[in-house]
Amino acid sequence: MDLNLTAEELAFRDELRSWLASNLPTDWEEWREKPIEESFPYLRAWQRKLQDGRWAAVSWPKEYGGRSATLMQQAIFWEEMARVEAPPMANSLGLGLIGPTIIACGTEAQKKRYIPKILSAEEIWCQGFSEPNAGSDLAGLQTEARLDGDSYIVNGQKVWTSYGWVGNWCELVVRTDSAAAKHKGLTVLLIDMKSPGVEVRPLRQMTGESEFNELFFRDVRVPAENVLGKVNDGWNVAMSTLMYERGSYGARLHLIFKRYITRLIELARITPRNGRPAAEDPLIRQKLAQCSAEIEIMRFNQMRAFSRITATGVPGPEGSILKIFWSELNQRLQQIAQEILGSYGQLMAGDPHAIDKGLWSYGYLRTRGNTIEAGTSEVQRNIIGHFVLGLPRSY
Amino acid sequence: MQFGLNESQEFLKDSARKFFAGECPSAEIRRLMETNTAYDAALWSKLTHQGYTGIIFPEEYGGVGLGKVELMLLMEESGRALLPGPFFSTVVLAGSILDAVATPAHKKQYLGPICRGEVRSTVAIVEDSANWDPRSLEMTSSNGKLTGEKFFVADAAIADFLIVVARDGVFVVDSKARGLRITPLQGMDLTRKLYVVEFSDTPAEKLAATSDLSRPFNVATAALAAELVGGMQRTLDITVEYAKTRKQFGKPIGMFQAVQHQCADMYLETESSRSAVYYAGWALEENSPDAATAVSIAKMYASDAARTVGNRGIQIHGGMGFTWENDLHLYYRRAKASETAFGDATFHRERIASAVIDSSTVSAKSA
Repeated sequence: MDLNLTAEELAFRDELRSWLASNLPTDWEEWREKPIEESFPYLRAWQRKLQDGRWAAVSWPKEYGGRSATLMQQAIFWEEMARVEAPPMANSLGLGLIGPTIIACGTEAQKKRYIPKILSAEEIWCQGFSEPNAGSDLAGLQTEARLDGDSYIVNGQKVWTSYGWVGNWCELVVRTDSAAAKHKGLTVLLIDMKSPGVEVRPLRQMTGESEFNELFFRDVRVPAENVLGKVNDGWNVAMSTLMYERGSYGARLHLIFKRYITRLIELARITPRNGRPAAEDPLIRQKLAQCSAEIEIMRFNQMRAFSRITATGVPGPEGSILKIFWSELNQRLQQIAQEILGSYGQLMAGDPHAIDKGLWSYGYLRTRGNTIEAGTSEVQRNIIGHFVLGLPRSY
Repeated sequence: MQFGLNESQEFLKDSARKFFAGECPSAEIRRLMETNTAYDAALWSKLTHQGYTGIIFPEEYGGVGLGKVELMLLMEESGRALLPGPFFSTVVLAGSILDAVATPAHKKQYLGPICRGEVRSTVAIVEDSANWDPRSLEMTSSNGKLTGEKFFVADAAIADFLIVVARDGVFVVDSKARGLRITPLQGMDLTRKLYVVEFSDTPAEKLAATSDLSRPFNVATAALAAELVGGMQRTLDITVEYAKTRKQFGKPIGMFQAVQHQCADMYLETESSRSAVYYAGWALEENSPDAATAVSIAKMYASDAARTVGNRGIQIHGGMGFTWENDLHLYYRRAKASETAFGDATFHRERIASAVIDSSTVSAKSA
């Protein structure tokens, strides 16, 4: 056990730090509160700049434009980006999930066709997995693709698609064999979002925003060469994408949460409660301490998980505790914020009396989604029960 | 960075697990817990033979010279086996204090015999206020003598000498000293006996003038949290095994999500406690500036988690979990005693609060 960075890790971090020192944009503060439609060209430009320094996809192999970074280096990358509050990259799903899947499962022609434009943010990717009747039970999805000559005809509906409104391409999971067992008849298709018959609608969520879209496919024709991996092997392809979802990206969370709790402590110092600052109220102190401690433990859990993956080579199902831990912690953090802010906690962005421009009322609502998106807490607990503890499958 | 155990750490943990599994089967624990002191001389000499009694102490005093992470691993495994007797009191607590504050001559006199397994010891700290904040202590020496009462002193009846923490320093008192009276408390944990120790004009030898024992206390506190992790792991293992075999409605109860999700939470709580304990061990070993806070985080989280894991384990066992015959309550009892020793979760949350709220800079040490 040695929690000091190795010489290679330090060199990696220092190279990134010095690159950021001269390349990090200084005007992100002005852009970050604008609607994403307005700031999107800015995020594309930022990603291109990062890739000019070979920083957009550090986990990718060198021959595909990455740095073949170790998991620990990837974690360092995300920590550094969070530390300097760097803008996000435009093509985050392409870089984080779909690109790696294409590199792992794609043909040489597909890699040549798609990879460079993922890196340059020239083509933005989205992901069509969940459906109205297939959420946790993803393998029960019904969007179907029927082979017709040298192309597939796709019909169906997807929901909860991030970047659907701006996506040029979509990694779509479809049913190609309805007679096979439900996991066996799936195939992944790469779909041009400009194909006739694709319709994108905004999905308004409980916060009032539309981060996600619904996608409708009506007789959409997709060339058969756009199958990713093998026909009827889509479950494995999709699962390899979801593995990346629980990767190093989480390494930035503890810094983000720490920024929140630091701000909350500041607020607790100036918010009166029972005749003294909330920061002096024993109950509030207990809750802030619990939350601060859990943020640290979240980081320790992540470091342990990364070390284990580094040692064994494969991410294990133990990763499920990371997902449960951060999502439930984020909800508790927002609940403490509400307790400190009292009636002011409910004021939404735009209200002149709102604290921190409505950051906390938004966070309170938004974090309800954390225990649902990317695998519900219930599914994560099923995974731990069955795959980690060896209990019999419950479904 | 490698937040995993290296080969020799894995070896130590593995051999400790095997050793304790062989020496502390349930029947042996139940035999010892019915005795007055839960001490077994033969077991003690085997612990010594393993090098456990000198694990973290310098070789010049007969120790093995290993680090705090290794101590955490050993305590985790002893906790998993519910090792009865004065190991924590003698080695982790008395040994760490001697190592931290005693002169070389005193180390030779007191720490050496601990390492060599020749003596048992303990440390008397809290008073009738049961307040684990060292600033609350009132006992003060007078002309080389101590008078007053110490509470919740573990294993005092089997100690050859006691270390006493007073306002004006740290003292050694021989177990046969004049005016010393040791009375058992009827504690919940049957495997680690607690006592009230009364001193009346009892001669005491001063080890050090300092009463700042924060470092050895931090080591002991983290070690106790490590022991809790072992207990949680054992509770989880027993419970998962039961959930796989116990059938109701024609199915193993572990097939029901209401049961499965409780097990998943036990796993999450156990692993998270373990992460916090390993980090605390590492921070202590490295003298990291956040070591004290790391220890509080570990003790706070493990104290609450051990109780919750115990609650879930007993609940999943149904009626069986409520019987004397089932071992879960032995772990549950130990967990309650360890939860309050060296400050419960509420106590440590306040320590964390002082560090993160009252200090101007928030600890943000990270990779």
